[in-house]
Amino acid sequence: MQYSGSVGLFDIIVILVYLLVIGYLGWLGYRGTRTAADYLLAGRSAHPVLMALSYGATFISTAAIVGFGGIAGMFGMSLLWLTFLNIVVGIFLAFVWLGEPTRRIGHRLGAHTFPELLGRRYQSRAIQIFAGVLIFLFMPLYAAAVLTGGTVFAVAQFGLDFDTALLIFGLITAAYVIAGGLKAVMYTDALQGLIMVLGMLVLLVFTYSSLGGVTEANRYLTDMANLVPARLQAIGHQGWTAMPAIGWGDHRYDLWYTVVTAIILGVGIGVLAQPQLVVRFMTVRSRRELNRAVPVGAVFILIMVGVPYITGSLSNAWFAQHGPWLYGRVVANLEADGRRATVELMRQEGDGRWRPAINEPSGKANTVPLIVETRRTVRDIDNQPLELVTGRSVSIVYAKGKADEVIPTYITSALPRWFGLLFFMTLLSAAMSTLSSQFHVLGTSAGRDILEQLQGGHRPPSILVVRLAIILGLILAVSISHSVRQEYVIARFTAIFFGLCAATFLPAYIGGLFSRRVTRAGALASMIVGLISSVFWLLLVKTREASAIGLVQWLTNGKTSLLMDVPNWPEVDPVVVALPLSVITLMVVSAFTPKPEASHLQKCFPLFS
Amino acid sequence: MLGIDDPLVWLAYILCPAATGLSLLWGLYHWNENDERLEPEDRQWAQEEREVENEL
Repeated sequence: MQYSGSVGLFDIIVILVYLLVIGYLGWLGYRGTRTAADYLLAGRSAHPVLMALSYGATFISTAAIVGFGGIAGMFGMSLLWLTFLNIVVGIFLAFVWLGEPTRRIGHRLGAHTFPELLGRRYQSRAIQIFAGVLIFLFMPLYAAAVLTGGTVFAVAQFGLDFDTALLIFGLITAAYVIAGGLKAVMYTDALQGLIMVLGMLVLLVFTYSSLGGVTEANRYLTDMANLVPARLQAIGHQGWTAMPAIGWGDHRYDLWYTVVTAIILGVGIGVLAQPQLVVRFMTVRSRRELNRAVPVGAVFILIMVGVPYITGSLSNAWFAQHGPWLYGRVVANLEADGRRATVELMRQEGDGRWRPAINEPSGKANTVPLIVETRRTVRDIDNQPLELVTGRSVSIVYAKGKADEVIPTYITSALPRWFGLLFFMTLLSAAMSTLSSQFHVLGTSAGRDILEQLQGGHRPPSILVVRLAIILGLILAVSISHSVRQEYVIARFTAIFFGLCAATFLPAYIGGLFSRRVTRAGALASMIVGLISSVFWLLLVKTREASAIGLVQWLTNGKTSLLMDVPNWPEVDPVVVALPLSVITLMVVSAFTPKPEASHLQKCFPLFS
Repeated sequence: MLGIDDPLVWLAYILCPAATGLSLLWGLYHWNENDERLEPEDRQWAQEEREVENEL
């Protein structure tokens, strides 16, 4: 691997200049009318580009770029359906359909946090506390995904070990978050958004031009379908420009359920109930600003998630054409002429003989697909003749089987070092803008939604308590990021958080905005059912998460899922089960419980009274 | 077309820029609509929001 390797003086200067500029913009935010609330108070509107970039920078994090980009490197362009949902659902529907009622009801009820919006809409302190606790407990998981995304790139770009990189990345973002990033300063978000766009555009242009153009690059990738590693083919991977095989009742369809239910649906729908995004709708002046943010937001999301998914997929073509040489012994030919083969990777000993390269975690021989370039006869470790082939393979091989490392490996291998630095700025920007919003929400949940409500809502919690809660959340996020280093953990943490938010909050949130019939009991029951069914599925059914946590093995004498014997169910995301249950609960309980008071409904929906 | 044989992936590849284009047109078409007057409740909310932010 041709990692760039070390931190140079130039790197440090560029990063410091960036941090100083962000610090200066943050300071301007304190001095003048630079936050969304300030604009509103002054009776003016933030520029739509500023507003959309700020929203987009909060929406998109290192998790999307590194985590889901890496997933695209492993699973392919089927992830573009998530980009499509992010544009249509995350931008268009969110702004046009949910933005205005959220803003209007939020202002009428004086709500400043997402739990407070739900709590006041349903006149329920229990709902506010429940939502606040949930956010406080699970937001660190999503924050850990964001931190890991930045850290794995810093490891590749600067040659640091993971823990050191995590500490540095965590300290930079923590300093930013605690020292001022919490005050949602739109200029800093917008600058970060612009840097993110620049980084992604350079990446897209470089990738397609280095592979001969759009059609040529895509065609080359399409023709690589038989190079998909065997373990991925076994679960339905049909190539990087093809959807996974669809069907039911056989493990060869497992990938479809992972990609479609967890990644595309869970994240694509879950964005509508993201607490840190919902509160943004309340900071705009009128529906006009929401309308105006749609075009800029759509372009921003297209670039920020479309590019990593396309380049992540195309990194396979780049490594197949330009990647470092690999050496191996043919296990099976994939094509009759032997130009493509499955090989056991070999490495050369000091005495010139060759032995199998053992996969460190598994202790087994490393068997990978290879585009064979040359063949020659060498001596193996027993001094017997061995036909050694030289060639190149696909991204996941160079990333040592870890999807999270596909994008960092590609960028440090394929692009010039200066771009690595720009990309690090991109990731730092993406992480800072998202983390600042996450911890803003976490702090207000702890203070305003939990402590203040537990004290009867009479006096605001002390600043010290809120700050302690934020620091606790940060420590928790760093600890999770440090401890959990499994395959594509970034995307999984993100999907878990988004799915939980969708199943727990979405029915009560949408019902609260549009229906006069949804009751307090219905909303609370729906949230509880959504949470319990999601957690049940994660702990006992969904194999990857359940087996990592271990409860299901303990309860079933070693099974990794309660439904282990029924193929495909253990791959289905909790959101597919929990969200419908939550919706049904909302409707059924609301139908049998007393309607909200007419005066409260009139306050929420004056036009319909 | 575009080097992608699977119609569903090809469709996603096309729909992403198409959805962006439609969002652009929608936003431009409605650019000047719905500019509402600030209500007292909006000002009150913004005042409180600034206090919440300052507390942090």
